[in-house]
Amino acid sequence: MDQMKNFTKGFFKDNPVFVMLLGMCPTLATTSSAINGLGMGIATTFVLTMANIVISLIKNLVPDKVRIPIFIVVVASFVTIVDLVMAGYAPALHAQLGIFIPLIVVNCIVLGRAEAFASRNNVFSSMIDGLGMGLGFAMALTLLGSVREMLGNYSLFGHKFIQTDGILVFILSPGAFIALGFLIALINKVTKKV
Amino acid sequence: MAKLESTFLNMFLTLLTVTAISSLGAGVVYNLTKEPIAEVARQKQQRAIEQVMPGFDEYRRFAVMPANGQDSLIFFEGTKDGEVIGVAVNTYTNLGYSGLIKLMVGFRPDGTIVNYEVLDHKETPGLGSKIAEGFKEQFSGKNPVDFKLTVTKDGGEVDAITAATISSRAVCDALSRAFVTYEEVKKQQNQ
Repeated sequence: MDQMKNFTKGFFKDNPVFVMLLGMCPTLATTSSAINGLGMGIATTFVLTMANIVISLIKNLVPDKVRIPIFIVVVASFVTIVDLVMAGYAPALHAQLGIFIPLIVVNCIVLGRAEAFASRNNVFSSMIDGLGMGLGFAMALTLLGSVREMLGNYSLFGHKFIQTDGILVFILSPGAFIALGFLIALINKVTKKV
Repeated sequence: MAKLESTFLNMFLTLLTVTAISSLGAGVVYNLTKEPIAEVARQKQQRAIEQVMPGFDEYRRFAVMPANGQDSLIFFEGTKDGEVIGVAVNTYTNLGYSGLIKLMVGFRPDGTIVNYEVLDHKETPGLGSKIAEGFKEQFSGKNPVDFKLTVTKDGGEVDAITAATISSRAVCDALSRAFVTYEEVKKQQNQ
């Protein structure tokens, strides 16, 4: 398989958020600011890549009927490890992102890639797939977080450009749906799907 | 290599092996990170005490059970050259939007609030999380004797955070609990 195509498909053609609409729960919940979106995206990228590698390594040892519980156990272990290591060695980062890390377990992109890709492909392809999908997810979350932060707080990555309260609804949950809807509409328009 | 058949024995053994290895891995990492995590928490508490009770030489630690609450408050009474300069109280509230909030609040001996630091919270990022930012400035230098520690909506003098009244109320609750308990402690010390 062409590894370049394998890597870039996560950004545009099969973007987990804007095209596949997977992992909506963390997408909507964590994008109240650009930095939160980026952090969640990077943490997910790490877990997704590691889980893809391990699952493609053990794919032949896993009986079909119990594959889902096994994938979940693998994913959950990596999330626990990331959480503990960050709390111990990167406390500042953990203070920022701590509440989002456990959410990665329930992100269906991770399980989705394990099931749809890693359990059918070799280790190297699975690693590239995990990296590409993870970074595509991070890009989408940062974009959505930036839009919401700019409208909701008149700031970007914490830098305020209008010294007043923003349009509060964009920080709250309804704003997440509204912003995501318009972003997807815009992307579909640009890619001429509609 | 062919895939393993989904027989009962195969499924049982694979699940057992995978869960055993995963728990072992998580357990090893937990033990490795236990000490650093505890150290981080200690440093955080130490920094918070220094923030809310500036200029102390040493402190005496004691726990007091508040009149209204399930857990004791930890007091750090700071002294400079033998003189009591104030107290830092590790206080808490269960009224947060997502449950428990832990604060470290500093009082001068007359009960004036110096400052507070948020030790732990799970409030909404971007909304309730502002209790750790600009919101706290309005408390420093105020004495709860003549500064009503409730939000303006409830008839008090605290300007709540926009769209985070519940978190603001929770902070008021934690601060009042610390203040009331500190007054009790002072009464007992003077007897």
